[in-house]
Amino acid sequence: MPETASAVRELSFGEAIREAIAEEMRRDHRIVLLGEDVAEAGTTFKVLKGLVEEFGTGRIIDTPISEPGFTGLAVGAAMTGMRPIVDIMFGDFMTLVMDQVANQAAKIHYMSGGAWKAPMVIRATMGATRRSAAQHSQSLHAWPSHIPGLKVVVPSTPGDAKGLLKAAIRDDNPVVFFEDKISYTKVKGPVPDGDYVIPLGVADVKREGRDVTFVATSSMVQVALGAATMLEAVGIDAEVVDPRTMWPLDERTLIESVRKTSRCIVMDEGYQRYGVSGELVSVIQEGAFYDLDAPVKRLCAMHVPIPFSPSLEDATVPTEADAFALARQMCNR
Amino acid sequence: MQTNVELLTEDTGVRERLVRMYRQMVAIRLFEERVNDLYTRALMPGLAHLYLGEEAVAVGICEALRTDDYITSTHRGHGHCLAKGAQPHLMFAELLGKEAGYCKGKGGSMHIADPKTGNLGANAIVGGSAGIATGAAFASKYLKQDRVAVCFFGEGALGQGLLYEEMNMAQLWKLPVIYACENNMYNEYTHYSEATAGEISDRPKAFGIATEIIDGQNVREVYAVASRYIERARRGDGPAFLQLNTYRYHGHHVGDIARAYYRPKAEEEQWRAERDPIARHMEYLVAQDIADGAALHAIEQEMAEQMEAAVAFAIAAPYPDPARVAEDIYA
Repeated sequence: MPETASAVRELSFGEAIREAIAEEMRRDHRIVLLGEDVAEAGTTFKVLKGLVEEFGTGRIIDTPISEPGFTGLAVGAAMTGMRPIVDIMFGDFMTLVMDQVANQAAKIHYMSGGAWKAPMVIRATMGATRRSAAQHSQSLHAWPSHIPGLKVVVPSTPGDAKGLLKAAIRDDNPVVFFEDKISYTKVKGPVPDGDYVIPLGVADVKREGRDVTFVATSSMVQVALGAATMLEAVGIDAEVVDPRTMWPLDERTLIESVRKTSRCIVMDEGYQRYGVSGELVSVIQEGAFYDLDAPVKRLCAMHVPIPFSPSLEDATVPTEADAFALARQMCNR
Repeated sequence: MQTNVELLTEDTGVRERLVRMYRQMVAIRLFEERVNDLYTRALMPGLAHLYLGEEAVAVGICEALRTDDYITSTHRGHGHCLAKGAQPHLMFAELLGKEAGYCKGKGGSMHIADPKTGNLGANAIVGGSAGIATGAAFASKYLKQDRVAVCFFGEGALGQGLLYEEMNMAQLWKLPVIYACENNMYNEYTHYSEATAGEISDRPKAFGIATEIIDGQNVREVYAVASRYIERARRGDGPAFLQLNTYRYHGHHVGDIARAYYRPKAEEEQWRAERDPIARHMEYLVAQDIADGAALHAIEQEMAEQMEAAVAFAIAAPYPDPARVAEDIYA
């Protein structure tokens, strides 16, 4: 954590998100938040609870159920002097806003030769195992990561979530910020008091180790850390690296870790096929090829529409046991 | 929905305005004729969607706007950009892909944008700018700037859901935005009646939005009605929807030459002969003794010379350095 911040408290992932938004809104009156049931309801996840009491309905704005509509409106507002945050309740609804995000927000700066810019944040959720079935469970962070002009953030801890969200809000570009909905209440961690910003494009080594690197994103960071603890028992010292942002991507930190450990498993809750894991593996093998003792492996969501039944859904997401077994196999121990 | 469009022609300011609108329409026509020429001579890359025949719509509306008001434009957008104050030589430079163009050659014909004149950009997704225009109106209201945003779109955009989501929020929140629907009757190569159920004007009315049907070939009527609703929006009384009936003289794009399968030649000839916005306005100016034929001819000459110089500038201008291709992706 940066040294400028003083006291450190324990907050949940959701509380850290709320605190980042509140602090930024106090700092900059151009920030408004638009989304479905974000005001009095504080979103369906209650993450924004209390914000409307402080900032009023003129800044915490309940919209109709019109994701493309309020996202497009935010693009225009961002271009003309505001810094809107839009709330996409379920990341699955990225499908609905992709024209406004990928064709409008992402491109206006380039298409206009740098004349216009769209400083906005699109907050969306991700993550399965809430028994919400195929249209409320996907992790679609690969989609915006594919588009030049967008930045994509996938925080894993409360401390990172707060610092990265503040950076996203202050960024002059459209930033898509994915929040793992399971982490909102389940993941707690230290968050420094006061104002601090984590720059976009800086990976974080969550645990140091010598034998194998887990490069893990968002929800998979906790899974990788759990597997690393299990691996201690069999004498395997695992490193866990969290890229924190899909773009900009801190390629150097990933490559340096794998050059040290010579083995790597990329863990991501997005679909494996044509997902961000493929890009991460490519970057790592290109940069660390001569130091690798084994092909880089992946653990990602199964390529299936996410099923409802708990017994089926749980089979689609990588677990600590999966990561433990694969790491042992790669290390021959 | 008849509107009294008789302007007080004894007023000097009004007389100047009437002549200025003539000049602007002529400028757009001459600009577009040169685009057609450049394109057919293979000097212009990409696509060209001409605004010929629709000049009165952009000119009448933009005449009612302030420089700091906003517009969003379309793939058929040269007329909007010029009417809002874009400079022809920088437009031509952009159309030819030159560094000197409005977007440094990165946007082209379908993406002219210019913050100095409030042009938020032409958009090549049909209906795609409805959010941007409505968002600009939202910002204007939130930041207490009393600016109005005009969203230009063709009747083809009536098939896009985004437009209705934006109109709903604009009316709920009384945003200062004008939805300017240019009904040139053809969604690309399809007559709009084959794609549009019910009456166009019933759609905005369903949201309670003030709606007018306007003769888009009469620049004075366009100006008079647009002024009224733009000032109404500026006062905080909410959005309006203007249906501007007009006609696209050329095809969907320059290459769309054999059009008989979707619209009769006689129809095109009739619109040109009987309803041309520039000819009609010229007759009015002469009949009302606001300008004589010689003065109007002089304007044409002046505009023609300006366009020739603008084309020459653009042709002579250098292409962007390929080494700069990755600039401007991020702010």
